Amino acid sequence: MISLELPEVVEQTKEMMHGLAKDLFRPISRKYDELEHVYPEELEVCRGFIGGKKKAETKPEGGEKKKKTKKPTFKNLIGVVTIEELCWGDLGLLMTIPGMGLGNAAIDAVGTPEQKAKFGPKWAAMAITEPEAGSDSASIQTTAVLDGDEWVINGEKIFVTCADRCDIVVVWANIDPSVGKAGIKSFVIEKDTPGFKLEYLEHKLGIRASDTGTFVLKDCRVPKENLLGTAEISKKKSFAGVMQTFDNTRPTVAAMSVGVARAALEFTKEKMEEKGIVIDYEKSPYSMSALEKEFYKMDADVDAIRLLVWQAASMADAGVRNSLQASMCKAKAGKVGTAVTQKCCELLGPLGYSQDYLPEKWMRDVKIADIFEGTGQIQHLIVARQLMKLSSKELK
Amino acid sequence: MFSLEMSKEQKMIKDEVAKLVKGIVTKNANEMDEKREIPEDTVQKAWELGASVSMVSEEFGGFGMDDSPVTTAIVLEELAFGDLAFAIQATLPSLVISPLVSMGTKEQQSKYLPLLCGEKYSAATLAISEEKFGFDPVELETKAEKKNGAYVLSGEKCFVPLAESAFVILVAASLEGENNLFIVNKGNAGLKIGEKEKNLGLNALDSYKITLKNCEVPAEDRLGGDHGCDYAKFLQKCRIGMSAIGTGVSRASFEFAMEYAKVRGQFGEPIAHKQSVAFMIAQMAYEVDSMRLMTWNAASKLEAGKDAKREAYLAKFYTGEKAMYVTDCGVQLLGGHGYTKEYPVERYYRNGRGISIIEGMATV
Repeated sequence: MISLELPEVVEQTKEMMHGLAKDLFRPISRKYDELEHVYPEELEVCRGFIGGKKKAETKPEGGEKKKKTKKPTFKNLIGVVTIEELCWGDLGLLMTIPGMGLGNAAIDAVGTPEQKAKFGPKWAAMAITEPEAGSDSASIQTTAVLDGDEWVINGEKIFVTCADRCDIVVVWANIDPSVGKAGIKSFVIEKDTPGFKLEYLEHKLGIRASDTGTFVLKDCRVPKENLLGTAEISKKKSFAGVMQTFDNTRPTVAAMSVGVARAALEFTKEKMEEKGIVIDYEKSPYSMSALEKEFYKMDADVDAIRLLVWQAASMADAGVRNSLQASMCKAKAGKVGTAVTQKCCELLGPLGYSQDYLPEKWMRDVKIADIFEGTGQIQHLIVARQLMKLSSKELK
Repeated sequence: MFSLEMSKEQKMIKDEVAKLVKGIVTKNANEMDEKREIPEDTVQKAWELGASVSMVSEEFGGFGMDDSPVTTAIVLEELAFGDLAFAIQATLPSLVISPLVSMGTKEQQSKYLPLLCGEKYSAATLAISEEKFGFDPVELETKAEKKNGAYVLSGEKCFVPLAESAFVILVAASLEGENNLFIVNKGNAGLKIGEKEKNLGLNALDSYKITLKNCEVPAEDRLGGDHGCDYAKFLQKCRIGMSAIGTGVSRASFEFAMEYAKVRGQFGEPIAHKQSVAFMIAQMAYEVDSMRLMTWNAASKLEAGKDAKREAYLAKFYTGEKAMYVTDCGVQLLGGHGYTKEYPVERYYRNGRGISIIEGMATV
């Protein structure tokens, strides 16, 4: 039966995460925006606390004791609610919570029990993007060649989140370019491996608390067993399988937009109320000021993207394929997050443009959610292709 | 408990309504619009599904089922997917039944509900809108005054569907600054039904202006009795109802335009293969989902026994705006053909414009 009432366990998480966002993230928000590239030591208290539970569960302990139960779980719903709250605090800081890299998710998803045990406790970044391969991640040029018991990897990776702070990096490379994207595999590389060099850290528009770097791989040799999953090339499954893991991450990126947009909206509301403008959800749209109308519009839009995110997350929790809904929520959330934070800055006037306040930062920060893990344009493409059952050749 | 999966029962009801709509509404909707009339038996068939009376107790002719605002929202969306005017007319008695059930006195319920819940559809309607610039449903100009143990109503209302044939009209009026609802019976000497309205859309729905001049209503016909009713709550339900039908008409436009884009060839391939077209379709899709989720979110609040003031307000606000946007995209995607009456998208466009303007033509 349809109900949009959050279960108590989700409400509790939400409350807890809000407290963390308010007491830990907000006070150091501006500091690390300005200190770009400096590691926020204050976040150490989060290590193993957020995202840490997963690792404890996946530790191989001899026999498989836990059996899969069919009880309703809210794992994905809890995930997106957590992200919204923490991003209400600070999106850049969320991106650099120790131990919570995208690489960790990949190891968790496709690693063998041994790999999970060995690499799970480490902070793992993810390296996919290359100078010539952005949204078209199937066209990566980095190669891995087996030489005895080692893979020899060559290439260049850009836009690697937590590049400086992580312990290990999960790198995408092609083991057989002749078969195209089917040859793409992921490898775990330790930071101190010879031939693996952090070349450069980006200076960015926003999320400056998060370090983003470029790695160059030059005859970088990693042990054979560092290939995640299997070295076998399956023409059908392989790449599609890799891309499917993004079905679950797109709603979390959309949830980032929800959190930041809500922060901007709440700040704006506070300032409006200080001026005696009452938001009462009663006034006729025909008798309100332009300013008020903008507010209600944004308020509704933020609710809409939150609900789209919850829709995608709850489908994942129910074990239903949600590729369409995941892209829908990201497509709209990217746009709404950008538009709402821009409009809030506009409505706030000098308070919106000054670095004495956070809205200008939120406007810079949230833009990334419309870009990474598939730009808004790519999401619209995916939505349209899925709706109309068109191939990527038919709808380019 | 959070779930976006319909229960078996909800799914069954949805399918049943969808079947009816496909069978007798979708194909005839343009004709109904042209002739400005919905055939009696079409309305009767929808009535027989029983959606409007399901939560009325058996003693008064209903099914005695739990009141589920979410299920009602699902039904309304499906009906409006067929045609907006039809959805309003088919569920019009709900606008009197629903407030009677939740806020009426025992006497009011036993007097009116059996008449409303008969096997045959009998028109009953709501008068809330007033024809003035900046109309606000909580700032009513229609006034009620207490005189000699009765209430005397005066004012003018517009967008009153089926006012001519309705045997009761529920009239929203302000009594000493408090908003109230009054049951006005057909034939009341102070009630004058004006001419049939001509509006931009909803042509198939007969609607009227009415004038209340020294319209005397017995004290027992003030909804809720001496203490009046929870008008704000009723407004919430109406807003959710309007949001549900706004979702339905938008989905109709979206689905029609999408199917068209897949087969309409230009430059040697379907126009759906062009990004500018495909992106519009993607946007329509997530806007329709957003509208539905906003509606369900508000309905779900009510269902959980919570206040839905904010959610209902924002749902109506949002669906009002997006119904215009989505139905506009529908016309745009069909180009010149969308501008003609050959295709339903021009009707969706005219009808969709009404959602943000009209209050109280549907309720959950």
